[in-house]
Amino acid sequence: MEVGQLQRSFVEYMASLFREGFLDAQFSQLQQLQDDSNPDFVVEVVSLFFEDSERLLNDLTMALDQPNVDFKQVDAHVHQLKGSSSSVGAQRVKNCCVPFRNCCEEQNTETCLRCLQQIKQEYLLVKNKLQTLFELEQQIVAAGGAIPMVQ
Amino acid sequence: MEMFANSSSISKGMGEVVASDEPHVLAVDDNLVDRKLVEILLKKSSCKVTTAEDGLRALEYLGLAAHQDSSANSNGSKVNMIITDYCMPGMTGYELLKKIKESSMMKDVPVVIMSSENIPTRINQCMEEGAQIFMLKPLKHSDVERLRCQIMQCRG
Repeated sequence: MEVGQLQRSFVEYMASLFREGFLDAQFSQLQQLQDDSNPDFVVEVVSLFFEDSERLLNDLTMALDQPNVDFKQVDAHVHQLKGSSSSVGAQRVKNCCVPFRNCCEEQNTETCLRCLQQIKQEYLLVKNKLQTLFELEQQIVAAGGAIPMVQ
Repeated sequence: MEMFANSSSISKGMGEVVASDEPHVLAVDDNLVDRKLVEILLKKSSCKVTTAEDGLRALEYLGLAAHQDSSANSNGSKVNMIITDYCMPGMTGYELLKKIKESSMMKDVPVVIMSSENIPTRINQCMEEGAQIFMLKPLKHSDVERLRCQIMQCRG
């Protein structure tokens, strides 16, 4: 595929991610922070987000699997997940955290498990979308083009 | 195990060579992603950054931990500002703020508290304890630029 086409696909894809609510303005902030002295900043931060989230989702699964669930611990994990998803602009993941924290307060294992299921789905979706985005970037660079700045 | 991360690659041993007009900020946050973000935001605003993942490590860096004696080689005198998350396990940002304000060496260093939650009683509590400013997360570039101006003014 020629560079122009790749760049157009990239712009459209990025726009769709914002439109569909996967990403919010915070992600744009991250993109604006990337420059020649921090050329891989977005990928680095997002990779940390993936690492952190997967660890937290595992911890949440284990915590909710206990015979006596420690809801304070569950809430602490959700708080962390809310923080990191908010910081990278992963809006849908962040939005799942609010009802989750309510379920923790109500100490309801069943509703917590449902929230966990939902968050896992949203996380996998956004992970997939971001990885596709990064792949598109790589293709553009490999074809000798520059990554378009999307407002 | 690396407890702190310095933005400069210069040896942490006997002393660091710092450009005298670059403020040195200690950033404390238990969240991996937020630590990275605050580090980049500060570097973008031309600050030298040291990060710590919790209050205890921050105090150790500053030479204020209970187990350290006051003559210990510390980095406290080089730090121009401390920015800390509020919600941290073990020691909260508020508790860290108190310890810093209790120290004769560090009490005049501006401390900024960050939080993802906008809770007025929390904000008041921190301001009353002497926090320079309370900032909502996620931090933006403009927030940090504003901070930098404040630190530079504090240095006189």
